[in-house]
Amino acid sequence: MTDPLSRPPKKDPQVRTRVPTRPSHFRSRAALGIAAAAAEGRFMLQVCEDCGAVQYPPRDACASCLSVALPWRDVSPKGRLIAETTVRTSTSIYFRERTPWRIGTIKLEAGPSVMAHVHGDLAPDGEARVVSMLDKSGQGVLFAIPPDMTPNMEDDPQMREMTCDPKFRRVLITDARNENAPALAQALADAGASMIFVGEAESWRPYPHRAALAAIPNVDILPMDVTDTASVVELCGEIGGKTDILINNARFVRPGGILDRADVGFAREEMEVNYFGLLRLAQAFGPAMRGRGADGDNSAAAWVNILSVNAWSNSPDYGLFSASSAAALSLSQNLRADLWDGGVRVLNVFTGPTEDEWHQPLPPPKVAPAAIARALVAGLKDGLEDVYVGDVAKDLIDRWRAGPKILEREMMENRGASS
Amino acid sequence: MAENSKRQSYDGIVVVSPATVPYQRFSKEAAHWWIARALKQSLDAASLRPRDVDGLIVSSFTLFPDSAVGLTQHLGLTPRWLDDIPMGGACGVVGLRRAARAVQSGDASVVACVAGDTNHVDSFRRMLSSFSRFAQDASYPYGSGGPNACFALLTDHYMRRFGATREDFGRICVAQRQNALRNPHAVMKTPLTMEQYIGARAISDPIALFDCVMPVAGAECFLVMREEDAKAQGLPHAHIRATIERHNAFPEDAIQMRGGWEMDVDELYAMAGLRPDDMDLVQTYDDYPVIVMMQLEDLGFCAKGDGPEFVRAHDLTIDGDFPHNTSGGQLSAGQAGAGGGYLGLTEAMRQVTGAAGPTQVKDARHALASGFGMINFDRGLCSGAVILSGDGA
Repeated sequence: MTDPLSRPPKKDPQVRTRVPTRPSHFRSRAALGIAAAAAEGRFMLQVCEDCGAVQYPPRDACASCLSVALPWRDVSPKGRLIAETTVRTSTSIYFRERTPWRIGTIKLEAGPSVMAHVHGDLAPDGEARVVSMLDKSGQGVLFAIPPDMTPNMEDDPQMREMTCDPKFRRVLITDARNENAPALAQALADAGASMIFVGEAESWRPYPHRAALAAIPNVDILPMDVTDTASVVELCGEIGGKTDILINNARFVRPGGILDRADVGFAREEMEVNYFGLLRLAQAFGPAMRGRGADGDNSAAAWVNILSVNAWSNSPDYGLFSASSAAALSLSQNLRADLWDGGVRVLNVFTGPTEDEWHQPLPPPKVAPAAIARALVAGLKDGLEDVYVGDVAKDLIDRWRAGPKILEREMMENRGASS
Repeated sequence: MAENSKRQSYDGIVVVSPATVPYQRFSKEAAHWWIARALKQSLDAASLRPRDVDGLIVSSFTLFPDSAVGLTQHLGLTPRWLDDIPMGGACGVVGLRRAARAVQSGDASVVACVAGDTNHVDSFRRMLSSFSRFAQDASYPYGSGGPNACFALLTDHYMRRFGATREDFGRICVAQRQNALRNPHAVMKTPLTMEQYIGARAISDPIALFDCVMPVAGAECFLVMREEDAKAQGLPHAHIRATIERHNAFPEDAIQMRGGWEMDVDELYAMAGLRPDDMDLVQTYDDYPVIVMMQLEDLGFCAKGDGPEFVRAHDLTIDGDFPHNTSGGQLSAGQAGAGGGYLGLTEAMRQVTGAAGPTQVKDARHALASGFGMINFDRGLCSGAVILSGDGA
C-alpha cells in the first residue's frame, strides 16, 4: 500500500521556488495518439485495420502486414509486469530531481509489450492494468497500476506527478453566485482540498445559496468579479501565489440566436464573462501558476474551464452563447500551450444544457451542478484534459468526431426542440 | 520462398593493420579528428598512402552534420566504395562483411573500416534523447535512464527467468578488469574485486556502477584487402572464416532474452568448418554483462539459460580456460561510441596474428568476435559475428 500523503509544510518564503522542469516532450506524430487518448482517460493503441495486429510503439505501418491503416482503438489494458527497474541515475533533469523512479516492461494480453511507469503497489511479476496518462510535459505516457484499487493509491509520488489531485491543494472557484458553486466547493472539500477560495461579485447583492456555500469546510469567500480587471488583479495579488487549481466557473447565458435579438447587448455580456473573463483570469493568475508547477506536493496543477459543449458546434437556440463558448474553447487551447512549460494542465469540462432558469424550457436530460462537480473532480484526479458531462455532451462530441458538417445540419434541424 | 541461399566463402580476403587510438574520457576534439587518427595509424602500419584506399566504411554517432560522404572530402579520399554503417555495436562485423564482399567482387581493392566518436561533456545526454524514434516516443520519457534502464529491464528479466545472480554478472566484469590491467590503453587501471562489484552504487536496479560501460572518446580502424596484396606488403593478416548478421530477430519475444545470433549460429560454424570448442578466444559485445551472457548461449558455448553456470565453471581471463574480452572489453577499456563495435574485432585480429602484446593469448589461432547494437526501443536490434583465423591456422 502507498504511504498516505502528509500535509505539505508551510512555504518558506526565503527558499527559491523550484523551477518547473519537464520530462522529454518530443514525440513523433503517430505517438501523439497516446496523448489524445490520455486526455480523455482512455487506453488506446493502434490496431491494424487489415490484420488486427495491435501495435506498439506507435508507428506508420503495421509490423505484421505493412498496412498503413492503423486507427486508434480502445484495447484491453490487462497485462503482466515481466521486468522492472528502479532508475536511480537519469540524464533528464526532471527525473534527476525525482529519482528513484520505477519503470517496467508489461506484456499486454492484447499483444505487444510496453514500457511504462510503474505504480509502487504493483507487485513484481504481478498482474497489471495499463492506463494512459499525461505527464508533466503534457505528453501521453503509459502507467502500470495494480488491477484493483489499493489504499492511498493516488498518493503514489509518481502517480501524483501525472494527476492534478485536489488533495492538500488550494483551489480558487470563480463566481460564488453560479449555481454550481456549492456543489463544486463540497466536492473539492470531500477530495481533500486544503483551501477553497470562492470569488464573489457584487457582494452587497444577496443570493440563495450563500449560507450553504460559506458553511462548507475550508471555504473562504473573497470579492472578485471576472468582468472587472482591477478586482481580478487585486485578488491575484492576495492568493495568486497559493492558487494550485483554478476553476473558472463564471458563465453568462441567455437563449437566442442572431435574429432573436435586436442588439449586441447580451452578446457583449456573454463575451465579457465567458471570453474576456477567462482572459482576465489567465493574464492575472496564469504567470504565477506557470511558475509554481513544481512547487512541492501542493504545486500549481490545473486550470479548469466549465464550457458549453456547444463550443464545438453551434446550437441555434443558444447561438450567441455558443459563439462565446467557442471563443472560450479557442482561448483555452492558447492557455494550454502557455501553461505547458510549467507543467500546469488545462482541463475543459464540457456540459450540455444545465438544470437552471436559462435552460428551463428545454427537455431532459439536463446536467445538475452535482454531476458537473463529480466529473470535474474525477477529471482532476485522473489528470484529464477533456471531460464530457452528461449524455447530451457525450452524444454531441461523438457526432462531432464522426463529421462536423453532418452535425451542423443536425443542430439546425433540432432547432426549436425546446418549445 | 526457397530456403536461404548458400553463402559464398571469403577465401582470399584478409583483414590487416588493426588500429586503436588510445581512449580519453572526454575530448575537446571532433569525431573527424579521432577517425583521422585511427585511419592514419592503420595506413602507416600497412605502409599505404591515403590514395591507396579506394573503399571507405565509416561508423560514428557524433559526425553530425557530416556522414561518410563529408568525411571523403574532409580527409581527402576518393573512394569508389563508400558505406555508412549506423549499427552501433554491430557496426564492426557488418562493416567487415561489406568490405570483404567489395574486395572479393573487385569493387574495391583496399577498404578502410573505421569507427569512432568523440565524447564532449554532455554529448551522451544529448544523443540519448534523440537516439531513435521509438526510443524518443516509448522509452526515453520513462525515467530517461538511457541504455542503463533498458539493460536493467533485460537483466531483471534474465535473472528471474534463468536464476542468474549479480555474482554471475560480476564474474564477467571482474575477469575483464583483470584483463584490462594488462592493456596499457584501458581507461580502467585499478583492480576490481567481487566485493567492490556487488557493493557498487546502484544505477538502475539490478544494474550497478560496474555493469555500465564508460562512454569515452576514441577510434578504431582496420583494413580489408586481398590476401595476395597483404602478402606483397608483408602484412600480418587474419582470414575471415565466416560471418553472420541479423536484424530485428525474434520480434515475437515479449522481452529480449536472445539475439539474432541464435538464428544463424549453425551456419556460422558450418561455414568456418569449426566448432565452438575450436575457438581460442572470444570477444563478445559487452556494454552490459547480461548481453555477454546471452551471446555465450546464442553463439553455442552453452545452452540457453546456462550462461550463469558457464561463467561459474570457467575462467574468463587471458590465461584462463575461456579467454574472453582480452583487452578488458568495453566494460574496462571504455566505450568509444561506435568504436565499441570494433573493439573486439581489432583485438581478435591482433590475437590471431600474435600481435596482442601484453594481452596475448598463448597459441591463439581461432577467434570469435561478435557485435550487438542499437537499442531502438526495448531491445538490441542488430547482431553479428565473425570467426577469424591466423595465417598459420
